[in-house]
Parts: sequence; C-alpha cells; structure tokens
Amino acid sequence: MLAFVVRRLFGAIIVMLSVSAISFTLFNFVGDPVNSMVGQDATMEQRQFIRTQLGLDDPAPLQFVRFVGRAVQGDFGMSYRLGMPVERLIAERLPATLELVFVAAMIALVVAVPLGVYTGLYRHSPLSKVFLTLSLVGVSLPTFLIGILLILIFAVWLGWLPAFGRGQVVKVGWWSTGFLTPQGRAALILPAVTLALFQLTLIMRLIRAEMMEVLRTDYIKFARARGLSNRAVNFGHALKNTLVPVITITGLQIGSLVAFAIVTETVFQWPGMGFLFLQAIQFVDIPVMAAYLVLVAFVFVAINLVVDLLYYAVDPRLRIERSTGAGK
Amino acid sequence: MKRGLVCAGAALAVGLSGAVEAKTLRWAPQGDAATMDPHSHNAGPTTDLTAQIYEALLQRDPQLKILPQLATEFQSTSPTTWRFKLRPGVKFHNGAAFNADDVVFSVERAMADSSQYKTFTNSVVRAVKIDDLTVDIVTDKPNPLIPAQFTEVRIMDKEWSEANNATKPQNFNAREETFTVRNANGTGPYVLGSRQPDVRTVLTRNADWWGWKDLPRSNVTEVVVTPIANAATRLAALLSGEIDATPNVPVQDVERLRRSQGVKLLQTNEVRVIFLGFDMGRSELLYSDVKGKNPFADLNVRRAVAYAVDVEAIRTRVMRGLSVNTWQMISPGVAQFDASLDAIRPKANIAEAKRYMTAAGYPNGFSVTMDCPNNRYINDEQICQAVVGMLAQIGIRVTLNAMPLATYFPKIGNRDTSFFLLGWGVPTYDAHYSLQLLLQTTDGTANGQWNYTGYSSARFDALVNRMTTELDTRARDAMVKEALQIAQNDLPYIPLHHQVLVWGLRQPVDMPITPNNQPRFQWATVR
Repeated sequence: MLAFVVRRLFGAIIVMLSVSAISFTLFNFVGDPVNSMVGQDATMEQRQFIRTQLGLDDPAPLQFVRFVGRAVQGDFGMSYRLGMPVERLIAERLPATLELVFVAAMIALVVAVPLGVYTGLYRHSPLSKVFLTLSLVGVSLPTFLIGILLILIFAVWLGWLPAFGRGQVVKVGWWSTGFLTPQGRAALILPAVTLALFQLTLIMRLIRAEMMEVLRTDYIKFARARGLSNRAVNFGHALKNTLVPVITITGLQIGSLVAFAIVTETVFQWPGMGFLFLQAIQFVDIPVMAAYLVLVAFVFVAINLVVDLLYYAVDPRLRIERSTGAGK
Repeated sequence: MKRGLVCAGAALAVGLSGAVEAKTLRWAPQGDAATMDPHSHNAGPTTDLTAQIYEALLQRDPQLKILPQLATEFQSTSPTTWRFKLRPGVKFHNGAAFNADDVVFSVERAMADSSQYKTFTNSVVRAVKIDDLTVDIVTDKPNPLIPAQFTEVRIMDKEWSEANNATKPQNFNAREETFTVRNANGTGPYVLGSRQPDVRTVLTRNADWWGWKDLPRSNVTEVVVTPIANAATRLAALLSGEIDATPNVPVQDVERLRRSQGVKLLQTNEVRVIFLGFDMGRSELLYSDVKGKNPFADLNVRRAVAYAVDVEAIRTRVMRGLSVNTWQMISPGVAQFDASLDAIRPKANIAEAKRYMTAAGYPNGFSVTMDCPNNRYINDEQICQAVVGMLAQIGIRVTLNAMPLATYFPKIGNRDTSFFLLGWGVPTYDAHYSLQLLLQTTDGTANGQWNYTGYSSARFDALVNRMTTELDTRARDAMVKEALQIAQNDLPYIPLHHQVLVWGLRQPVDMPITPNNQPRFQWATVR
C-alpha cells in the first residue's frame, strides 16, 4: 500500500515537472510581458532594463530550471502585473474558486440524482421527455451564454441576484468565505448554477443509463419476485449499484469544474483563480501562469490518486490480485 | 444590510467633516490599477486611481486646461528654470505637512530607473529647494512642456516613503512586495480606504482637502471601485443598478443603453487617433508577392490606399457613428489640434485609387499581409476586416493577421510587419510627442521609436528638433502645423479616425467626462 502511494507520488512529480516544462516552452509564444509593463513611450533601454531584471533574455530551459529551483522552496516569484508574490495572490483567490466549485458540485449532485432516477424509471413519461430535452440544452449551450442569460433574467429583469462579484466576504483566518453573509450567499447562486449545469446534465444522463441497465438485471427481478416494495427495489438495490461509476465520474469531474471555472469566473467577475489566470494570459504574467498550471496539474494528480486509492479500498479483487502477485 | 453598513460608515465620515451628506459612488472600469505607486506603472487604469489620492504640482480640468494644484503659481525664471510656488497649509493623509522637500524627493523618485514616469522628467536635471514653499526645476535645454509634464508627476511624502522603505518605485526584481503597491499617502481629495487588487478598492473622502471649498456641490464621500472585465456583465450591473457608473461602454451597446430607463450616456472625443501604417523603408516587403521592390515605397500606392479606404463607411458601419474621421496624426485635446487639417481629407474614390495603382505599375494589384491587434482599440479587428474588403476593390489582396496585443506589439516593435493598424494617445497633450515618436527618423533614441514605417525626412526631422526648444507658442504651433502637413503629403500613415469615449451613468450621478478617460470624483455629485 505504502509502496503504491510512493510510486504514485513519484509519478505525480514527473507529471508536474512536465506540465511546467511544456508551459515554459509555450510562454515563448504568448507574447512579451515587458510591453504590458511599461508605458508606450518607454525607451528601448528601459525595456531592456526590465527584460534583464526579469531574466527574460535567458533561454527557456534556464528560466525553467530557475523556476523549479525557486518553486521547491515555495517561491513562485512576483506577479508582473500586480507586483505581489504569486503564492500570496493564489492564496487570496483559491477560496473563491473552491467555494464556487463546491457549491456547483453540490447543486449538480442534488438535482441530478433524483432526475436521473426518475427519467430512468419512467422512461416514457412526458415529464421525463421534458427533463431530457432541457438537459440537452444544458449540454449544448456554451457556459458563457448560459451565464449571460442568467444575468439578464435574474439580475437585470428581476433584480433578485447580483450580476457580478462575491458580495460581502468574511475572513476566517486566511480563508475568505462568502457563506456567512446573505450577500455572499446570493452572489454564489448564479455562478454556481452556471458552472453546475453541464455537470448536472452529464450526471443525470449517466444515472439514467445506469438505472436502465441495472433494472434489467436478474437480481432486480428477483427482488421484485420477493415482493419488496418499489421504493426498496429502486433506491435500496438499483440506485446503490449505479452509484459506483457515478462517484468516480463526479470525482474526476471536479477537476474539470476547476477548469470550466475560468469561463464562469470571467463572466461573473468572480475573483477566483480562473479569472486570475485569464488576466495573467492577457498581460503575459508568466509567474502567475506557471504557478496556476502547476497547481491545476497538482489538483488533477491528487484527485486521480485519491480515486485510485478508493478503488484499492473498495474493490476486493484489486487487493487479492496484488497480494497473490507479491506472494509469487 | 451592506447598504446600511455603508451608510453608517459614511454618516460617521460626515460627522467628522460636519457638512456633506454621505453619498457613495460605485465605479466599474474594465480593468484594475496595477499598483497604488504613483511613479511605477504609467497606464490609464493605474493613473485613474492614483490621481484620486496623489496630486501633482499642476492639474488638468475636464477640458484638459492646465490649472494649479499643489503649486499655486509657476513661471519660467530663466530659459532652463521653472519656478513653482507651493500651496501653503497642505497636509498628507497621514497628517504630515507638505513642503518643498517632498517635491524634490518626488521628482527625483520619478526620475529613477524603475520609474515609468521618466518620460515626464526626461529633460529635468534637478529639482532645487529654494525655501519651504518654492522649488526650481532645472532642465538641460529650454523646455516649454514642463507645465504640461508636471501635471503627471505626483507628489509623495518624503518621510513616509523613507519610513516604509519605498524611496524607489517598484523594482521588478525584488522578492518582496513594495509597500507602495497597496498603501498610499497623498494629499488628494480621496484617501485609500481598502484595496483588494482586481476585486474592490474603496476611496474615502479626505475632509481636510484644500480644494473642497471651491467645489460646494461635490458630495461623494466614498467611492467603491469594482473592475468588471466582461463588457456584458458590466452593462448588466449598470442596468440593474449594482454600479453607478462605468467609463467603458462598448459602441455596439450604446443604442440599447440610450433606450434604457435610469441610465444616461456621456460622450467625448478621446485623445487617440487610429491609423494605418506602411513599411515604406525596406527595399522589399517581408510579406508580399512583389519581389525585388517595395510597392509601399511608391507614394502612388499609398495614395491609392488612402483613396480606397472609405472612412465614412467605417465610421457608420463599424464604429456605429462613434468616431470622427481624420486626416492628421493628432487628436482633439492635443494643444495644436486644428480641425481644418481634418476637413481636407479626400473622399473615398475607387476610380481615383485605381488610377494611382496603374500609375505605380500595379494595375492588377499585389498581395500583402496586414497585422492588426484584436483587443487594444475600439473594434480594431473589425476595422481591419473592413480595410481588407475595401483594398480588394483595387486589387490589393490583403491577408489579415489579427492577434492579441501581447503578441502584436512585440511583433510590430521588431518591425516584423509590412502593413499595420495602430492607435496613438498623447499623455502630454502636445503634438511633439506624436511627431517625435511616430514620424521622426529612427535613431535609437526616443526619435522615431514607434516609427515602424522606415519613413525618414530630413526636413521633417529638423522641424521637430527645433520644436523642442522653441518657447514662443505661436511660432511653435506653426511648426507643428507644417510638420503635420508634411506627413499628410508623404503619407507614411493613413489617419482613419479619432476614437470617441462613452461613459454610462445612472441617472442620479453627475460627473464630467474627460478626454483622457480619467474620472475626477471630486467633481461628481450624486442626488
């Protein structure tokens, strides 16, 4: 078990190193940060002065080695745009993104499970057809359009919810939370729904397909033959068995929720990491881009590791194969 | 709830100042200031905020006229000396008194290597304290622009900067955040209350500001600045009343806002001209099917392009009427602007353009690649697309290469271009800035630093050089006009239009729009 974790962690380091190496070669193509950092009338000497100060004239491999050397000491450099240490900038923005992703994942699960079960059980009911059609809209409309539509309806026409920002946040230690104030909670609703919609439709369709699959199996027929109530059959036996793939997919999708958050955060001016990253790209703020990419790589690696460990714990067959393998 | 808190805070502020009714103004620009340091980052969004907190010796009113600010009077005492009398009794936000030491310190700070405001002090040799309220600015050559330049050199407290280890503007090599990035101590009408970069900056009224007595109608006690990057979200927030004002209304939404209840629009000409540029200096274009010669080196071809590009169509279709056609390289707001130089712009005429193409020996045209930014100027890429279509009519087959400004400016900065679109603002509001940087022969100094055309005219260069030391305004204005006319005849650039600024305000808000897009909250009133 320990050897497995160590091996995976070693793999994780290699993944993160390759991600940052690839991003450093890409940074040569995103443009010149010096141009955004100086005024239009800065002289060539002034531009060169900053370029030398930042080490931008050095070859990409050297810049990469320097970045890794500092990063292992927890120093991701200073943001070119805001003149602040990157790790502090990310620590300021991380809570916004994590709260948004958490609420979106909750919305997706809480709505998708009953809808998935319902449409799986009553495939031909008109209501199921309505749900499925709506879910098609959710899958096919791009996130930014959904966000703008929600803003138009709930902020401009109805005036119920704020169109942008996090509302009022409360500091709990270094963590800033929007959960503790009414404005903070109201501000979460629109972006969370926007972000959740795609996941919601995905999970709903997954559960529906799994339910239909499971309902055909022998043990369900047997359960019905035993005269168990519909409720016990549908939820106690059928749904339970659909949940294993659903949990796996949901877990993995949290990574893509973080990724999708870039668009949602931009539309709602949500001060999270995705928005930070997008502005960093526009400014060619290389330290922020590098740190963000490494962090996202870490999130994906960590989630995969947890999922693997869960498999290991949940699926007895994996353990047996491994122990016999070790015995040979 | 939040409203209640804000009101309570503002009421407290009023209790202290004793007179003004508490009003909050919520301001939503497109982007945030990069820093609160007044000498570090010379860009609009940054100056828009620092100018509320820090003051310069002189200032500009909403019509860009130069007025006294921290200096009460100024005069040239010798060809290379400007003497400033300082305003007595002014205090910094931390209570320290303002005096000549602070001015000398700030001018030197603005001249530092890591300062981006050096451009306003490049002729300054030193600042000399004469007495506590008098400072001499000594220049290397006679410089008529010192008053204009000293509207941008903002004054910091010497003792405060020294105590916080911030005697130099931000150093990008540093591992530590400079204190002045998030803290400020000026003499201005507003005090930096709180700041979260990209999220929210709160400015509160400086009740002790010297200028309030002249502005009895001003009643904004608190300004909440929340940048909103996405244009649709910004407008939604304005329509839903979550913000009171924004200085960035996209042209395509102007009509819709005009029809909206509770919102009003302000409009003015921005000090920015948009133009096309040719690589006319190379012996062969980098991106063209013409080999062995450069079609743009021929004045006939440049004239043909000028006749083929229909700026009126661009104004009405692409810019939705929100631009002013031009035929010169400076904009309204620049001191020497003369509308008569715009009036002589030739009308679009395809037949005439084709005649010039034939005269140049390209009756069947040629192909060329055009570089264009797609996130810098108002509808920049759409303008370029329109130009591509118009030039196709005279046989010039243009491949459009549109890209974000982060890659565009380094590319054209290396002169890696044959044909491009550029916009130009003038922070000094003096034509010399444009003539020197855009049109003089490139020589490694500031001369021709942005001249990517290869244009070089000895007569023009001599004229612009003489401008720098000419102290007689009328003689100097005549030189500017002559230089602009030379450019009109030689056509290294084809001026298209002046940009127009549109601000969106909620009905209860009143504030003057300024051609440099800078809000001046002390002139705002909220009913």
